[in-house]
Amino acid sequence: MLRKKECVAMLLAGGQGSRLYALTEKNAKPAVAFGGKYRIIDFTLSNCVNSGIDTVGVLTQYQPLVLNDYIGNGLPWDLDRAYGGVKILPPYQGKNGADWYKGTANAIYQNLQFINRYDPDYVLILSGDHIYKMDYAKMLDYHKKMNADCTIAVIDVPLEEASRFGIMSVDEEGKIFKFSEKPKNPDSTLASMGIYIFSKDVLARYLTEDAQNPSSSNDFGKNIIPNMLQAKERMYAYPFSGYWKDVGTISSLWEANMDLLGEKPALCMNDEDWRIYSRHKAHSPQFVGADAKIENSSITEGCEIHGTVKNSVLGAGVEVQQGAVVEDAVIMEKVVIGENARVTYAIVDEEAWIGKGTSIGKSKNEAAGITVIGAGIRVPDGTVVEDDKMISGIADLTQKEEA
Amino acid sequence: MEVAGLIFSNIHNSSIPELTGVRTMASVPFGCRYRLVDFPLSNMVNSGITKIGIITHNNYQSLMDHIGTGKDWDLARRSGGIKILPPFITTDGVNKGRLYTSRLEALMGVTNFISRCTEDYLVLSDCDGICNLDLSKVIDSHIENGADVTIVTRKVSTESMDIAETSKVVTADDEGRIRDIVSYIPGEVADEISTNIMVINRMFLLNVISDAGAHGYTDFYHDIIAARAKKAKFYRYLYEGIYIQVTSLVSYFQNSMKLLDPAVRNGIFGTEKTPVYTKLRNSAPTRYTKDAKVVNSYVADGCVIEGTVENSILFRGVQVGKGTVIKNSILLQDTFTGNNVTLNCVITDKNVVVRDGRMLSGHESMPFFIPKGSMV
Repeated sequence: MLRKKECVAMLLAGGQGSRLYALTEKNAKPAVAFGGKYRIIDFTLSNCVNSGIDTVGVLTQYQPLVLNDYIGNGLPWDLDRAYGGVKILPPYQGKNGADWYKGTANAIYQNLQFINRYDPDYVLILSGDHIYKMDYAKMLDYHKKMNADCTIAVIDVPLEEASRFGIMSVDEEGKIFKFSEKPKNPDSTLASMGIYIFSKDVLARYLTEDAQNPSSSNDFGKNIIPNMLQAKERMYAYPFSGYWKDVGTISSLWEANMDLLGEKPALCMNDEDWRIYSRHKAHSPQFVGADAKIENSSITEGCEIHGTVKNSVLGAGVEVQQGAVVEDAVIMEKVVIGENARVTYAIVDEEAWIGKGTSIGKSKNEAAGITVIGAGIRVPDGTVVEDDKMISGIADLTQKEEA
Repeated sequence: MEVAGLIFSNIHNSSIPELTGVRTMASVPFGCRYRLVDFPLSNMVNSGITKIGIITHNNYQSLMDHIGTGKDWDLARRSGGIKILPPFITTDGVNKGRLYTSRLEALMGVTNFISRCTEDYLVLSDCDGICNLDLSKVIDSHIENGADVTIVTRKVSTESMDIAETSKVVTADDEGRIRDIVSYIPGEVADEISTNIMVINRMFLLNVISDAGAHGYTDFYHDIIAARAKKAKFYRYLYEGIYIQVTSLVSYFQNSMKLLDPAVRNGIFGTEKTPVYTKLRNSAPTRYTKDAKVVNSYVADGCVIEGTVENSILFRGVQVGKGTVIKNSILLQDTFTGNNVTLNCVITDKNVVVRDGRMLSGHESMPFFIPKGSMV
């Protein structure tokens, strides 16, 4: 067996994802459910496998239980390999004490030992919170062709949104000459996708220098990339076009789910050439009852539909009882929606139970925002939950009733 | 666990020639996303059996493909796990180049597997019966009775069409000890028949096999069970749950439609504790467009539905075009229907393409069958 890997991927999955509120209370962002039978991390993991990268280190820190359990031995992604495969890399205790991962760069720095085991020429840095399909092999070819030290994947964004991203200015050749993190007045529309390929030796050198600088915040965007630019290293922008979505907020997560719908969905999951793999349990097929009405929706196995489902994405094993209406909603695994309940413009997390005659949220046009029901919450029969509410514990519901 | 499993994958091939022309009975698709072998396999796995041999005869490529390493049943094990037992054809001797023709001969052919097991008991099962049976209860009753063989039986009514012609009628006394087993004669009264699921003492089976070889016996029920019923301890275990037997294409059609009845569906797909496992395909969830109208149907993942579907069973990856109406039909994996197609009482095998505007209809008593890969 070849005792070397050309490229090793490092997937940053330790982020808290605090802007997903109730959804990430007990769960790291990459493990948040998406599109009925996936979790966010499935996209990056499947991209790796489909691009021929079979060695992936997953750096975990925040609430890793669900994520660890989900990734397991990597079997669903074909990453249960004798040499390589997927490895979970939590922070650890060393001879000179223990450290949490202080920043994205520090997380990689602390795992240089892992990278070196495979003697790679290149390291691919990914984050586990984006929904997209991308062939990293093409990006690696570009990196090699340009003889680059670092290649950053970029996507063209509308000018008015550019100030939310890290913006690159590039010359005709694609060489980056300026990088500004969330600029007020962006002078380019090329946004960093948070996907980097580094030549390994260069990366190791910069990470080691950065680790010795106590004033650094040990972050790729804030420290490593600017330092490399300043030192005039060969940095290139790799243009990507296609579907890409940061699902870091409730509304963007909802939108990305809705992109799965329609006659020609913006995000198509039936792509045989670029499958997205996921770990799923054995469910029976979905049953659509005699009184059911399903319109413009995505429904997963194990569902029992007896009510109305419109413009919604339903996860595995969801039960929609007689007379219930689900509209413009994202319903995750094993949620029960009781008889005559109404769930509108909402995200309902795993195993929540919505009582009979309950009303959750307001119609999309009237609502101030998306209502979120956290995992495992039992909403009693007849409860009314207003629009734009975040229910992360049963206390949120009782307070509501008193008021 | 002191029990191993053995599954006969081909024994009832002749009952649905339409579907078994290109596959074994074990790999006949059933219930949106399963193959018949999934039911006995899952029953075994859910009862804690982790060493299972599957006896094959012919046409077993699709079965090999389906089973793979066995990981989807959690049977990819270093010790035990799943083993496909291809037919053993000798290159010399009297049986040179000859394939087995009966259950008993099939067992003789896998003597090696049986003798190398260390388990005290074996569970044998065919693939034409669909049920969610807790085998550990059968095994417990077998051990309690000190039986040599315990055969799982079910009650039938004579008018039932789901009695295969090859069925065996079981007569037992009040304690459940089998007194006689005879072949079923269509039209005659039958009360209790064998499901061909049985628990058997391994050493007893090995003795029977060598004895049968010496005497030239070929019929398991006739030469072994019926002939020894007085001396040996044969018991029956009456199973009273939902049981579906596929005995012909019409029976396949009508039994598949029974899945639309919640009692049958829940009886087969059971509780969370006894799920039915199958090969995973990583299909995306099923997409219903704004013109979709689906009622009373059982649908797998990976479908795209733009038309009307009523009282039907859709397997993985089926596409229903705009203006298309599918009624009372079973569409197997990756069936593609174009726009404005009308299907009624049709069974399409895998990868069938029905082009725009086609109208096809069978009848409940005579479903119209379209073979694998055809284009209409």
